[in-house]
Amino acid sequence: MSAFLKQLYADRLAFAGLLIVLALGLSALLAPALAPYPEDVYDIHPAQRLQPPSRQHPFGTNHMGADLLSRVLFGARITVVIATVAVGSALLVGVPIGLVAGFYPGWASELLMRLADVFLSLPQAVLAIAIAQTLGPSIPNVILALSITYWPWFARVVFAEVRSLKNEVFVEATQALGVSPWRTLLLHVLPNVATPIIVRSSIGMGYTILTAAMLGFLGLGAQPPTPEWGREIAEARQYLPEAWWYATFPGLAIFVTVMGFNLLGDGLRDVLDPRLRRGRP
Amino acid sequence: MRRLLYTAKRLALMVPTLFGLVVLVFVISRVIPADPVALLAGERATPQQIEALRHRYGLDRPLPVQLLAYLRQLARGDLGTSLYSGRPITTDLFGRFPATLELTLAAMAITVLLGVPLGVLAALYRNSWFDHLLRAVTVSGLAIASFWLAIMLQLLFSMELRLLPLGGRIGVPPPRALTGLFVLDALLTGNGAALRSALQHLCLPAFTLAFPALATVVRFTRAGVLDVLHSDFILYERAMGLPRPLIVGKYLLRNAMAATLTQIGLLFGVLLAGAVVVETVFDWPGIGLYAVNAIVLSDYNAILGFTLWSGFLYVLVNLLTDLGLMLLDPREATR
Repeated sequence: MSAFLKQLYADRLAFAGLLIVLALGLSALLAPALAPYPEDVYDIHPAQRLQPPSRQHPFGTNHMGADLLSRVLFGARITVVIATVAVGSALLVGVPIGLVAGFYPGWASELLMRLADVFLSLPQAVLAIAIAQTLGPSIPNVILALSITYWPWFARVVFAEVRSLKNEVFVEATQALGVSPWRTLLLHVLPNVATPIIVRSSIGMGYTILTAAMLGFLGLGAQPPTPEWGREIAEARQYLPEAWWYATFPGLAIFVTVMGFNLLGDGLRDVLDPRLRRGRP
Repeated sequence: MRRLLYTAKRLALMVPTLFGLVVLVFVISRVIPADPVALLAGERATPQQIEALRHRYGLDRPLPVQLLAYLRQLARGDLGTSLYSGRPITTDLFGRFPATLELTLAAMAITVLLGVPLGVLAALYRNSWFDHLLRAVTVSGLAIASFWLAIMLQLLFSMELRLLPLGGRIGVPPPRALTGLFVLDALLTGNGAALRSALQHLCLPAFTLAFPALATVVRFTRAGVLDVLHSDFILYERAMGLPRPLIVGKYLLRNAMAATLTQIGLLFGVLLAGAVVVETVFDWPGIGLYAVNAIVLSDYNAILGFTLWSGFLYVLVNLLTDLGLMLLDPREATR
């Protein structure tokens, strides 16, 4: 574990990604303590309306007079919950499907993978929009729409890996020893596909955060006054160009967060899977 | 002959994918919602109107029968009627598609014309300051929310510097419609004023749409060129003393382009999805803006029409990419 961390530390960009992700987690967890005006998130202060960034309000205030820094910090909570639950459920659906379909070829496996392909035959964001619109605008529905669109990625990646692992000597050996297929699958095959799953998850977090923000921006996610980042930017548009800070800071928060997950994902791939080393000739 | 067979096989494979796509959209529209008719009818419909609609659309029949009817309707090229415009959705989509196509093609042009040379240079000058700088830019490109980038560009170039228009497609009367693509029409009819205005309006939306795609193309081109750069045949050509420009231009690029071309095909879907938000921010009258208006108005048929249409285009472009790959590398046909 320490060797792993040391390697990750050596890759400065990946380590920066890890720090960003940790900072996101901390601000989500400690938002009520970190936010300068935690009560501000839902309160209305007409006198403080659309104040530029200042010592009292480092990110300025919004059209309701709420402190934007506090709202961005509370927005981190929503983002973390949406992305973790969406990627987590996509993983819980996609990984078993990929495992089983890769290990037991047959018509059922074929059907499952064709199903995954159908999902991948639509641009992901378009599919997410259609599902979110059908379900109605709310955060749980955004999570559902994102997991429905993301599971095929896990299924595809795991399927491809398992299919090639199946012919490896160690799998043959466990079978020769009379180990039950399920035990082989869970204890011997699954650990060997952990790397692509971890890398996919990290990149998926970034992707999911971007798509969730887009759904929020289009009005398909959280409803006001929830401090969701995408929604915040949509509301800020009518106060441009005067209140530039209002649209700028939530967008920066999305940018830094997604960057963190992408850098971490790239770094994890390099550390965990030397075959795919970035910049490799 | 082999190429023909391959083409036929790829065409045949399109059928189950498209069928799956239709079933997926059908499931989204008829099975997921608690009451699809209420969605179709919009928010202001009375219970009586909903009942009437339920019967009229045949939504009181069993699901398999509904699916069959839906397939039959689609086979006629009928995507239903927009609740808002009252027109057939196919008419609406076709009318607005040239705008989206123009925007997507412009973004694609920026992506390829800029991304491929940059990727090649990054690979040839690996680990130089240029390579590092480009990597920082591409990493950003994949992390930025395009609606936010659009707003920031508007803020800078339209509101502060007042260099480019805030939104819309053209500021003067549009050129005579030949293709529906304003830039091309203006060129063909020799309409200088329209050309200038169309290009000015195209600048920011096309760049916004291209930015994330650019990142992907640079990354894949760089990786592809690096792969080929270290292959035996390039080493041989270098040993033969062939001049570097000839090696790069004639032998390296053709072999390195396969990975890039695959990505470009996949990117079309990304661009199409990106068009939804970019068109919204820049008020660009294409099918993306149509879909967003449909979302706002709960025009359910129109959203499904847009979804199907995007899926169809995406499948089609992937087919064309595969066929393009085959022409570039005949070995593909035998795989």
